[in-house]
Amino acid sequence: MTTRPAADENLAAKLPDETLRKWLRDMLLIREFEVRTMQAYQNRLIGGFCHIYVGQEAVAVGALAALEPTDPIITAYRDHGHALARGMDPKYCMAEMFGRIGGCAKGKGGSMHMFDKPHHMYGGHGIVGAQCPLAAGLAFARKYTDEVIENRASTGVAMCFLGDGALNQGAFHEAMNLAGVLHLPVIYVVENNGYAMGTSVARGTTMAHELTAKAAAYGIDATSLDGMDVMEVYNGMKPIVDRCRRSVQPAFVEARTYRYKGHSMSDPRKYRTKDEEQQYEAQDPIEKLAGFLMSERKFAEADYDSLAKAVRTQVREARQWTDLSPPPDIEELYTDVYADAWGPYHGTSLPLMMKDTQQE
Amino acid sequence: MANLTLVQAINLALIQEMERDDRIILLGEDIGRNGGVFRVTEGLYKRFGAERVVDTPLAESGIVGTSIGLAMAGLRPVPEIQFEGFLAPAFDQICTHAARMRSRTRGALTVPLTLRVPVGGGIHAPELHSDSPEAFFAHQPGIKVVMPASPYDAKGLLISAIRDPDPVIFFEPKRLYRAFREEVPEDEYTIPLGKARVVTEGDELTIISWGAPVVQCMNAIESSGKSIELIDLRTIDPLDTQTIVNSARKTGRVVIVHEAPKNCGLGAEIASRIMEHCFLYLEAPIQRVTGFDTTMPYYKMELEYLPEAERIGKAIEEVAAY
Repeated sequence: MTTRPAADENLAAKLPDETLRKWLRDMLLIREFEVRTMQAYQNRLIGGFCHIYVGQEAVAVGALAALEPTDPIITAYRDHGHALARGMDPKYCMAEMFGRIGGCAKGKGGSMHMFDKPHHMYGGHGIVGAQCPLAAGLAFARKYTDEVIENRASTGVAMCFLGDGALNQGAFHEAMNLAGVLHLPVIYVVENNGYAMGTSVARGTTMAHELTAKAAAYGIDATSLDGMDVMEVYNGMKPIVDRCRRSVQPAFVEARTYRYKGHSMSDPRKYRTKDEEQQYEAQDPIEKLAGFLMSERKFAEADYDSLAKAVRTQVREARQWTDLSPPPDIEELYTDVYADAWGPYHGTSLPLMMKDTQQE
Repeated sequence: MANLTLVQAINLALIQEMERDDRIILLGEDIGRNGGVFRVTEGLYKRFGAERVVDTPLAESGIVGTSIGLAMAGLRPVPEIQFEGFLAPAFDQICTHAARMRSRTRGALTVPLTLRVPVGGGIHAPELHSDSPEAFFAHQPGIKVVMPASPYDAKGLLISAIRDPDPVIFFEPKRLYRAFREEVPEDEYTIPLGKARVVTEGDELTIISWGAPVVQCMNAIESSGKSIELIDLRTIDPLDTQTIVNSARKTGRVVIVHEAPKNCGLGAEIASRIMEHCFLYLEAPIQRVTGFDTTMPYYKMELEYLPEAERIGKAIEEVAAY
């Protein structure tokens, strides 16, 4: 096991303008989407619970940029950002929150149900840490399909996002051990935003000052990186992804980040200070990338404004589309529980999103 | 045809399915080199290799969770949990993910997983190695629960379970693993899930059971000298309500037999369904012969705890005479 430096070289700085602009656009989209989501929640248009990704955008965008689009990804309940960064049309995401049939899970799940099979996004899961073994299985499936069924070298990497709170769950440790023993190409990315709900990481876990130590016992390579800078996330993540894919081994990454908002929408945030919040907001990942583009890539204020306007329009249209999508019919209660129709069950079907994709 | 034990029938079903479909992958503790704690997977490691018969660490949540991930990605994992008591560490993954994935994704992702679990008492094991937790899982929508009581059924039901598009918990009664042999066709065949088996036909009384107690019921019926219809559920969820109702209407007298404790056991659900559908046909209160509402005892007392033929016989007498 080695704890590697975050980045050997500035790979992101060598990427073309359009790639970096896409990252900026994705982060702006997530932020705009989340701000509108919060407003809708406060106006009681969204129910269930709602966990907002504002502040952490660089982690999802930078990490997913290091993957191939077909590499499976999975996360826990703070999942809107990952879905959008993976390419889910925001209209399906918004409709899901609003409980409309057009949602990615037919509006029957809500905030923690961001599934996008066509984009290899496997959720969206509500139990902290329980997604970790699933990620091991997704990696295993890619490896098995390549090596046993297709009789060729393993080509895939799975990426599992988890919060710092998940480090204390048994499922995480079982998954890390399995990934190590079975040589599974899966990367566990801990989005360390400092707090497991209201408990600071130092109060909740051992070796909080050096979370990469968690990987040492499993013999898994570990890296810690700055999750508030999308270029740093990419710079750290790209060599790890390439190594995992090539050597068919797991990895562990800590991305140090911060959620600007509360754990959920009803969090009084008594566990931290306004000063601390302002310190992190001052190193905003969107501002940072925009600043780089302006100083290094002939990116003007007007370019920024036009991107910001485009995502505002996109989210507004997603909202309008949502308003036109009806709530699920009561019949849907007994649909998709089992594949077959028996007893009260009607069998199964696909969400509109997948029907749309199939038609394309 | 071959004369096989239940263990051999399951082993044969696994071999035939693995040869038919290379998406099938077995996982579990000691299932590979060692052939499994009950030797159910004997010879499979050698035949199919370490890639398809995977020895895992001792980590039930990880085994089941990883299998769910495999299934979500389109493979057909068949993990083994060594004893039903070890389902507790995997309960989260079964109920949080396996049972709900189709529902949570509204049909986008499915979990075609078959979780093989040795179940029940009667082999001189301690608690956590002798329990009958099927009601926990029947209570959870989204999974199917199967428990064969004979080698023939074990093979046909396991093949159906593996081919089923939804997650199935396949309970294998340990007490029957090597209890008797039966003619089992060498060719593949399936027995549909959700269909009970009428073991013996009769018109005086109905006994409903599943798993190892089915054999005890047969012994009790033989001693009673009465015309008794014995129904082996084979699948606990979906429950074959129709077969139960038809028989209860015919005989008007019902005894339900299971190993699990009585309180909130499946006997209660079955009795309730009979009340809903057969109230005016009943000639006697339904009786349940079950395990007791306490922890499964150590082996010296296990035959007191289990519904043995003698206790079943007493219930038959009481219900018939009512």
